[in-house]
Amino acid sequence: MPTDVEHWKDELYGTEIRAEIERFAEEGWESIPEDERDAWFERFKWFGLYHQRAGQESYFMLRIGPPSGVLKPGQFRRIVEIADEFSRGPAENPEFGNGWLDVTTRQAIQLHWIRLEDVPELFDRLEDVGLSTVQACGDSWRNIVGCPVAGKDKHEHVDAGALATELNETFKQNEAHSNLPRKWKVSVTGCDEGCGQGDINDLSFEPAEKELNGETVTGYNVRVGGGLSRNEPRFARNIDVFATPEQAVDVAGGLSALFRDHGDRENRYNARMKFLVDEWGPENVRETLQADYVDFELETAGDDLRESYSYNAGDADGKHDHVGVHEQVDGKYYVGLNVLVGRIGVNDAYEIADAAEAYASGEVRLTQRQNIILTDVPEENLDALLAEPVFEEYSPDPHPFQRGSIACTGTEFCSLSIVETKNRQVRYARWLKENVDLPDGVENFHIHLSGCTASCAQPQIADVSLRGMKTRKNGEPVEALDIGLGGGLGENPQFASWVAERIPADEVPGAIATLLENFAAARDGSESFREFVLERDDEELADLIEPEETDYDDPYMHNTKRTWYPYAEDDDLEASPAPARADGTPIPSDD
Amino acid sequence: MSIALRTLDDGAWISINDSRQVSVSDVWSLTTGAFCDCSPAYVLLEAFVDVDIDGSIVVVHAVGQCLECGTRDSIERLPVGRIVNDDFYPYDPEGVQWLVEPDGERP
Ligand code: HEM
Ligand code: SF4
Ligand SMILES: [Zn+2]
Repeated sequence: MPTDVEHWKDELYGTEIRAEIERFAEEGWESIPEDERDAWFERFKWFGLYHQRAGQESYFMLRIGPPSGVLKPGQFRRIVEIADEFSRGPAENPEFGNGWLDVTTRQAIQLHWIRLEDVPELFDRLEDVGLSTVQACGDSWRNIVGCPVAGKDKHEHVDAGALATELNETFKQNEAHSNLPRKWKVSVTGCDEGCGQGDINDLSFEPAEKELNGETVTGYNVRVGGGLSRNEPRFARNIDVFATPEQAVDVAGGLSALFRDHGDRENRYNARMKFLVDEWGPENVRETLQADYVDFELETAGDDLRESYSYNAGDADGKHDHVGVHEQVDGKYYVGLNVLVGRIGVNDAYEIADAAEAYASGEVRLTQRQNIILTDVPEENLDALLAEPVFEEYSPDPHPFQRGSIACTGTEFCSLSIVETKNRQVRYARWLKENVDLPDGVENFHIHLSGCTASCAQPQIADVSLRGMKTRKNGEPVEALDIGLGGGLGENPQFASWVAERIPADEVPGAIATLLENFAAARDGSESFREFVLERDDEELADLIEPEETDYDDPYMHNTKRTWYPYAEDDDLEASPAPARADGTPIPSDD
Repeated sequence: MSIALRTLDDGAWISINDSRQVSVSDVWSLTTGAFCDCSPAYVLLEAFVDVDIDGSIVVVHAVGQCLECGTRDSIERLPVGRIVNDDFYPYDPEGVQWLVEPDGERP
């Protein structure tokens, strides 16, 4: 039997939702009929609006998805202005204040505490500078990720930026592809460092070369069915197809249509492309694509560049991220800046926008490691740019523990989360920086924290993977984390193995400290952490972790999910000011 | 009035009459033997698969993990609250629960 979500989508979905959002905004949140809320909130996702969790009713998260994370001059500033004016909540966050923007692992920006009544105005202001929230959430083409420095980077082989833009233009607001069985995540990589992270997407284009009619053509190899969610992580599988840049859009459309027609609409847990590829096998996907969804002969895969992939790859040579000052092909520079857990306060964000406009082109690009990049800095401006005080915190040369940190949204706003994440990860990074030395020569060390198995922070592809759990300590349930080790991308990607489970969250920094000591003592020469983990079985690895309390202090051990906002003075659900009218006055409940 | 029951946001919630009432990631105490050998078993609910009504009792099908022994399994019929006069009264996850047998009898 098709799910409720499928019924709602059949009734009304896609671009038609816009007019309904405007109508509800005009009449106010209370005008959404009580018995239609589930349906409307599901539909709103298609326009990038996600109703926040219980205790925060009537407030929304808004996601803006620029393809490959490229924000053109003026766009970043516009988002900052919107965050300043519209994204403020009823209580402060102790680490970040009130008013900020989140850079996400899929190169989008998320704003929280958005009022439905403000949304039409927000849409207008975003569109005014060429930005959009369309399909940022919901069952369709999500933001297309890819090399954020496409067109600038010395490592580029094929123009991934052009393809990402073309895919975006073709498949956003495209009737035939707007109602898929589930989300559809696409990645386009053009460089030899693999920074598009194609392996964890539903559809991945990766740079490749192929001899066609005696000529070497540059284009893309195609993989499908990657993704990390639900304890069922998969790397995208090679379907043995090479696409020229001209064919790539047709191949993408064919695969999206194949998923539309054959994906599971009866069971949302089983709906993602990765499960269809499990069931069919890559050969059958290829055959069906050829037979039913494209009208030209597919080429077999070309020679790829995976051997040199270094992005988030643990031990490889080459860049692991975009942080730092790097020369572009045109002799200018791009400056990758670290954003701890992806969150930028509005005041800092204004300063960053000012600096980007004063010393560079004004472009701000977003990376899959929750960082930002300022492009097109002339050499003579570098010193002045970097002397701006804001770049002490958003540094091009951060400490490895801060550089390597990624955290998802967590119980602050997310329905699924089991634990608090972003503030905790900030505190972890701070404590580790002060108390733990990395072994010689270890310059990159990635710690990713996700609040649940949906894996938005991509925990399975980090040196240390942290995933929200609970445990009991002194008879009380407390927030805890599972610890995994040794994940990463690269030529041969590897998911972390979960070697320690349900470690109380306040003992995790101690566990990481002992792990690194034991690694330093037992490693073979200059062996990388990922190699070290690969050499050992789970039991040996578990023995290297000794969870213990330290002077690290964790204010979020209680059930943060059972609060209306984990940091509020009175955080009790009963004390929630939500739902509220647009001016913030609480709407009394009728019982 | 009929009761609209469904799982929402891909298993994050049990929605009752379009209001999110029961959330994943709470720890439920279950009687001995109902889930694993622990007594009682403290089980973290990780996702809701389905929801049903048994008389006036709302029962869910969920996936969970025992915090003591680590058993991860599905829970077929966990009572999470009652409907009285169209209003939902949730049970306290920390109060010891039993599982409703498929035929509606209690062990
Ligand atoms: C209010 C609730 C939620 C919030 C705030 C949230 C937040 C995020 C963020 C910030 C990202 C990075 C992605 C992007 O820019 O597109 C993300 C990705 C992701 N989300 Fe969520 N999310 C929520 C609900 C969900 C739900 C309901 C699911 C699944 C059932 C889910 C599964 C994922 C997965 C699997 C990824 C990316 C990992 C991958 O590459 O597969 N999220 N989410
Ligand atoms: S990983 Fe889980 S907790 Fe974190 S944002 Fe995604 S769905 Fe929410
Ligand atoms: Zn047990």
